[in-house]
Amino acid sequence: MTSEQDIWSWLSDIPDPEIPVISLVDLGVVRGVEWASDHWVITLTPTYTGCPATTVINLSVDTALRDKGLENFVIKQQIAPPWTTDWISTAAHEKLRQYGIAPPSAAGGPTACPRCASDDLERISQYGSTPCKAQWRCRACLEPFDYFKCI
Amino acid sequence: MTTELFEYLLRLGDNSLVLGHRLSEWCGKSPILEEDIAISNTALDFIGQTQLWLGLAATVEGQGRSADDLAMLRDVWDFRNLLLVEQPNGNFGETIMRQYLFDAWHVLLLDGLTRSHHQEISAIAQKVVKEVRYHIERSRDLVIRLGDGTPVSHEKMQIALDRLWPYVGEMFDVDPVEHTLIEQGLIPDTSTLRAAFDAEVLKTFATATLTLPSSNFAHLGGKSGKRHSEHLGHLLTQMQWLQRAYPGATW
Repeated sequence: MTSEQDIWSWLSDIPDPEIPVISLVDLGVVRGVEWASDHWVITLTPTYTGCPATTVINLSVDTALRDKGLENFVIKQQIAPPWTTDWISTAAHEKLRQYGIAPPSAAGGPTACPRCASDDLERISQYGSTPCKAQWRCRACLEPFDYFKCI
Repeated sequence: MTTELFEYLLRLGDNSLVLGHRLSEWCGKSPILEEDIAISNTALDFIGQTQLWLGLAATVEGQGRSADDLAMLRDVWDFRNLLLVEQPNGNFGETIMRQYLFDAWHVLLLDGLTRSHHQEISAIAQKVVKEVRYHIERSRDLVIRLGDGTPVSHEKMQIALDRLWPYVGEMFDVDPVEHTLIEQGLIPDTSTLRAAFDAEVLKTFATATLTLPSSNFAHLGGKSGKRHSEHLGHLLTQMQWLQRAYPGATW
């Protein structure tokens, strides 16, 4: 018999389609795994409303659970309460940094360059390669980098 | 009440859809790469918001139509967006001015909708308002930089403001559809948001060295669907081209 723990563990192996170093569980988009009398309900929440990764995430979850032999489940979308960058796990912050993306920070901007750790930074644009990121540049090493912006 | 609610949800969805489409027309053609990325990301946010609003509209209508059906299979006379959002992009400054005027109203409206007694409306508004706060941060910043920029950019922004200001009044015009929903506590009364809107834009235009037009004349007829401008039809021929050429096509 599959346990809730098993499902959470399988989900934590599914990479985010855009940022593969963190998992869907790290990202905080898995809002619940519940047994509803005769089937599992997996509740997901989108990051940004228009993020194309949302569709891919649903598909990845569906495929991964079927690969584990799970059949009696449904994937439910939930938008309230709205996803926030506060739900990204602490462990994921470090993984993002190592991948070259400055993690979200309450200050509203990155605290240090993910490459050289300098705090001499400038914002290029509040928008970046995906809806969730902004473009910044380090004035010390001159490298541009992505910042995971807070919402 | 269902009829009014459906109408109103079309207004919200059509605003996002038409403005999102307009912004997507800039994709690959913006003045600089960062702005191209920003404008396309904003377009994407609007298309995402459209899916939520038109999805809810379709559910409320209960006729088995989907958000896609509403977006792609209606013609001009069934659209309920504001006249402002269907205005052509013009130059980059005009696009930014249109965006700023819309954003300044949109943030206030969504904030009011978060307190709607309708659970789904409130949920969508709570989600969307977070994205829209980033929209206004950028459009306000650009209005200031271009308005208070070179003589050429200043002149273009003043022309844009003069041209688009007559489309502001429609955002605050409360008609019977909205009256019904306001009474039910489902939506905020937009006429009460006007003071906050004026405070926002007056401050920005002062910093941007732009002069507010003296007349508050307002073109009406977009959100009621009675009189769209000629531009919407042209927009739809592009946006709905695939469904018109190949009805029912999917992939």
